[in-house]
Amino acid sequence: MLSIVVCVKAVPEPKAAEDLKIDPVTKAIPRHDIPLEINPLDRNALEAALHFKEQAGASITVISMGPPPAGDIVKECLALGSDEGILLSDPAFAGADALATAYTLAKAIEKLGEVDLVLCGRASSDGATEWVGPELSVFLDFPVVTMVREFIQFNGSSWQVKADIENGYRLVQVELPAIFTVTQDLNSPRTLSFSGIIQSRKKEITTWGLKDLALPANTVGLAGSPTIVSKLEYVESKRECEIIEGSLDEKLDQMIGKLVEAGAV
Amino acid sequence: MIDFTLTEEQELFQKAAREFAETKIAPHVPEMEETGQSWDPVIKELGAGEMMAITIPEQYGGLGLGYTVRMLALEEIARISVATAMMMQVGGLGIDPIVLFGTEEQKEKYLPGLATGERFATVAVTEPTGGSDPKGCRTTYKKQNGSYVLNGRKCFITNSHIADVQVVLALDEDNPEAYSTFILEKEMDGFEPTHIEHKIGMRGCNTGEIEMKDCVVPAENLLGPEGKGMRVSMTAISESGRAGMIGCALGLQTACLEAAIKFANERILYGKPISRLQAQQFKIAEIKIDLEAGRLLGYRASATHDKGERAGNEYAVAKYFTTEAAQKAAKMAADIHGGYGCMEEYPVTRYVRDSFVLGPSAGTSDIMKVIVSRWALS
Repeated sequence: MLSIVVCVKAVPEPKAAEDLKIDPVTKAIPRHDIPLEINPLDRNALEAALHFKEQAGASITVISMGPPPAGDIVKECLALGSDEGILLSDPAFAGADALATAYTLAKAIEKLGEVDLVLCGRASSDGATEWVGPELSVFLDFPVVTMVREFIQFNGSSWQVKADIENGYRLVQVELPAIFTVTQDLNSPRTLSFSGIIQSRKKEITTWGLKDLALPANTVGLAGSPTIVSKLEYVESKRECEIIEGSLDEKLDQMIGKLVEAGAV
Repeated sequence: MIDFTLTEEQELFQKAAREFAETKIAPHVPEMEETGQSWDPVIKELGAGEMMAITIPEQYGGLGLGYTVRMLALEEIARISVATAMMMQVGGLGIDPIVLFGTEEQKEKYLPGLATGERFATVAVTEPTGGSDPKGCRTTYKKQNGSYVLNGRKCFITNSHIADVQVVLALDEDNPEAYSTFILEKEMDGFEPTHIEHKIGMRGCNTGEIEMKDCVVPAENLLGPEGKGMRVSMTAISESGRAGMIGCALGLQTACLEAAIKFANERILYGKPISRLQAQQFKIAEIKIDLEAGRLLGYRASATHDKGERAGNEYAVAKYFTTEAAQKAAKMAADIHGGYGCMEEYPVTRYVRDSFVLGPSAGTSDIMKVIVSRWALS
């Protein structure tokens, strides 16, 4: 039976966009007091894991790193059908960049023991670096295929996947254990079900901190993050109304010109 | 200490219902609005989405989650489609009398299919003589050869044409004081759904008449003790029915608030969004105040109900308040839209129409005040 790990991130709900605050020192976006949701592409990753489980049997462990409220999204993953949920939460983990996040996730995955498959969304809707999957591959020494849009052959130890590249796709044959980051074209994630929530009553969330992973404090969180964010600022969207004058043909020419100029067509 | 918060699990159920409504119900709303019918797809979705199983005990294939979760689910569905929430709520109203008063055989026969949505239910009490006076019921029954024979007509029945199982109130032909309820199945000889109503709002919600002409109902389909039918049907209406209408009203209020905020933030007048004008802010504040108050009233009543206590009076207060508030919210949301509030491409026009159907359902506002005044004076 496959042992699958799905990495999920708790990201701000889009409706909370106006409430987001930027930490003036770390330039990070604190997540402890805003509504969170499962990163949308991580739901595609979880859906793939659930599909494999339904097809051939698998155990699914969801891992998320974040402040205690991120436990809610782990709970949601359990309600969606995951078997186990692990929350990596410790003040020392705060402010982690993609590298420190991948390192901490990798250590947690190693602690789980034998794993066949690690699935991640291609990117998070907030940071959107797309680095965590590839960096996990370095720390775990697993092959990685990014931007997977289809699992073509997923039996045995050698899998074939179709993965996006610019203006086309790649067919990749890969030996397990492996890491795949997935796109939204892979599947349509299922929604929460009432019976799934009821079944998740029996499932526990395990929380691991710095001591549980036996990591030096300078390898995680802000201290373990080489990325320097020099600036992060709010973008203010403005709308302007412009009346186009002239005959109908002139108006059309002007309008098309403006759309081309704006890169819209 | 009073805890006004939902549990984490209730919040998850709420989220599940919201995802369900936004992904499974919303796509069907335009066709329901356009045709006034097209209810079949959402009825199937309600079954597949486990929405009809919420209050059915687990031993009969249900989820056993109670009335607060049902109210939360109805609220989320009504936020997207009051018409769909109405059919769900009345479906539950048909289920409840069987849960509360059914024999073991009746529960085993009907509840599993109703939980999966394979079958759908309703309650039929209202007659052309009026719904506020159930004792004016002219549908009769008489015993004949070990069965019951029903004759009469019921009107304004939600799910009239789609319910496979209909709980019907009738008067003993030989005793003008004895009312009984029966479980009718749509295949029974002499039972027929007839006229389909075209309502001002809740388009796509099936409402119509049913007729019973010498309809022979087996003795085992008597629901509750003979002669106690008024208690059977009124218990369901006063609790599950009014609870359902509160959920529908709260969902509509939420939709009105969201539409009002969206429009007020987008509409520019005098060089700024109209949400910065105090006249519009006050309307939004009133919608919000009513919604917050309505939720407190509704959730308190359902929490009381979930504890196994009678909650008819609390539901009457909340039903009155929320359905009146929903009409007010719809009007104010439309007012904020100005001229656009008269254009059907804006959902607020639907909300205004839908809001008018909330009041009379499961007891008018005047009847609610009668109940509340009796409670206050007792």
